Amino acid sequence: MELIKIATAGSVDDGKSTLIGRLLYETGALKTDQIQHIEEKSAARGFGYLDLSLATDGLLTEREQGITIDVSHIFFSTPKRRFIIADSPGHVEYTRNMVTGTSNAQASIILLDARKGVIEQTKRHFFITQLLGIKQIIFAVNKMDLVDYDQTVFEDIKATLTGLVDKHGKDGVAYHYTPVSALYNENIVSRSKKLAWHDGEPLLSLIESLPVDQNQAYDGAFQIQYVIRPKREELHDYRGFAGNVRSGTFSVGDAITIRPSGRKSIIKRIEKYGAAVEKVNAGENATILLVDEIDASRGDSILNAQANVNQSKNISATFCWMQDTPMSTGNKYWLQQGVQRSLVKVQNIRSKMDLEALAQSEAKELTLNDIGKGSLALAQTLTTKAYKENPALGSFILIDPQTFNTAGVGFIETA
Amino acid sequence: MSILKQLEEESVYIIREVAGQFDNPCLLFSGGKDSITLLHLAQKAFAPATIPFPLVHIDTGHNFPETIALRDKLVAEHGLRLIVGSVQDDIDAGNVVEEKGRHASRNSLQTTTLLNTIEKYKFDACMGGARRDEEKARAKERVFSVRDDFGQWNEKLQRPELFDMLNGMIHNGENVRVFPISNWTELDVWHYIRDEKLEIPSIYYAHEREVFKRDNQWMPVSEYVNVADKDERQQTSVRFRTVGDMSCTAAVLSEATELDTIIEEIGGSNFSERGARMDDKRSEGAMEERKKVGYF
Repeated sequence: MELIKIATAGSVDDGKSTLIGRLLYETGALKTDQIQHIEEKSAARGFGYLDLSLATDGLLTEREQGITIDVSHIFFSTPKRRFIIADSPGHVEYTRNMVTGTSNAQASIILLDARKGVIEQTKRHFFITQLLGIKQIIFAVNKMDLVDYDQTVFEDIKATLTGLVDKHGKDGVAYHYTPVSALYNENIVSRSKKLAWHDGEPLLSLIESLPVDQNQAYDGAFQIQYVIRPKREELHDYRGFAGNVRSGTFSVGDAITIRPSGRKSIIKRIEKYGAAVEKVNAGENATILLVDEIDASRGDSILNAQANVNQSKNISATFCWMQDTPMSTGNKYWLQQGVQRSLVKVQNIRSKMDLEALAQSEAKELTLNDIGKGSLALAQTLTTKAYKENPALGSFILIDPQTFNTAGVGFIETA
Repeated sequence: MSILKQLEEESVYIIREVAGQFDNPCLLFSGGKDSITLLHLAQKAFAPATIPFPLVHIDTGHNFPETIALRDKLVAEHGLRLIVGSVQDDIDAGNVVEEKGRHASRNSLQTTTLLNTIEKYKFDACMGGARRDEEKARAKERVFSVRDDFGQWNEKLQRPELFDMLNGMIHNGENVRVFPISNWTELDVWHYIRDEKLEIPSIYYAHEREVFKRDNQWMPVSEYVNVADKDERQQTSVRFRTVGDMSCTAAVLSEATELDTIIEEIGGSNFSERGARMDDKRSEGAMEERKKVGYF
């Protein structure tokens, strides 16, 4: 069975929690005691139907306010597939959560309210999926019950969306458009008679069949997380570089270079959890042992001959800012790329995105929830590549050196 | 790659990040199936070396003896370091007061002992076997969850976690709770235990036990539970789905003595896992309230 992670986002009232609650309910992910709980709460609030949004609204504060305020991870499965939904709130001030939820997803559902159509939130979420390179995007037009399942309403919204996609969309991305009513289960698990005019799979079948995207980059790049040195007599000379294959593949016998030191060696042995293997692929953990006794430590990269990457001390990137204190020229941060850290200094901020107009405008600083472009100078050399060519080497976070909070995320443009 | 292998890869990566980023981490070990899974993953992460951090057990004094026996066996077999934080000691020292009444449990008293133990040993990261599918408040938990000086969890201060990058930078006195098996489900844990042939406490398997019915749950009769005269007692075949404090863990009626049949039963169960935990049922948001004051 396959696992797919899907990000959802939408505005405060477009029924996202209800949609997810509906998917949980219809796939049998809600157990009897949980349904009972929802029934009791729905009745207590005087609703004549099951308020399925109660299934996901996890935090007390948001149950009090009736809104979602953070990224929530929700699980369900069908016989075909396992799903993890990263549900992020849709208020303007929580763009950072949308970026966070989307960063681990292979697909995105952008929810719209049929009565409101395309609003700023829709554009914002759409832009974020483009920035993060999500390859499968579903525009789900919800609350069709409130517009009498009217085809022209849907077609008008779809026309606006395709206009957006034509202008700002990316090649190699699949865009899907589907009308639903999460509240009344129309076009969610089966084709809807009320939406008979819609020629397309119901939402659940659609997400069951979306292709799952992997990092296709060939660059053999491995990052050291931890050096394993057993304190035992019989393993006296054992020095295993434990870490994660960021991209490409590694095999026993590969000639490698360690960065930033530049030392070269050959892979003597690859282990997975103590057992020898011949080869490891992108995303896998491994422990690499080298022919030579070379010093390398946490954060260093091991690169093979297939790695066509850059050694950079200056990078230009698109940033999404996630904290109250703005990002401006001269500020210093810790940059973390994978598990490697370096101090950085902001060289300049050039522009920021107006998410209403979807256009760049000049800017001197980035404030909370801004997305914009700028450059960094690094205290030490990093192994990098443009995000669109290799997401694992092209993404990083910035950490505030005073609060240690994750202050922002960056996507490398040119290294 | 199978889902279980994917989950294993993700968890090992997280555990290695803990060893790489923190000076003095520990693994919170309750002896239940989740912490046994976590321990096994940690052993894989550092093979052939032994795990570079101790196990910490917060002992309520009301544990199932079977759990303690297995804990001690694992510690001896693998040469692990075990630190026990005792709730009884905190009661004796007057740091906490035992709950009274019919529903008395030491479950919530654990928090004080946990925080005291973290402070005493100056742990900067504590790994635990909590999963996002357990409870709604858990679904929002980060993999690295930063706690302040008072051990408090504040949802507004949780750091965004982007891609697989984990930010464990903290100030002196703060610590991080880490949840390497966040994305596992209850069934994943059971399948993994079967595939990896892990030993779990015998109370997970069906056995004869004296139980009594309270609020539609089968509670084990023990010296730690206040059984009222009107409570109906009976001897029957049960197993436990979670292993918490004896005073708050309900049993399910079952004949399943093999992992295969347990997995079948759980896959077909109409009740959620924490449905058998009385401590969550006390109020809406019970888990969230406890997490705010530093509960694991």
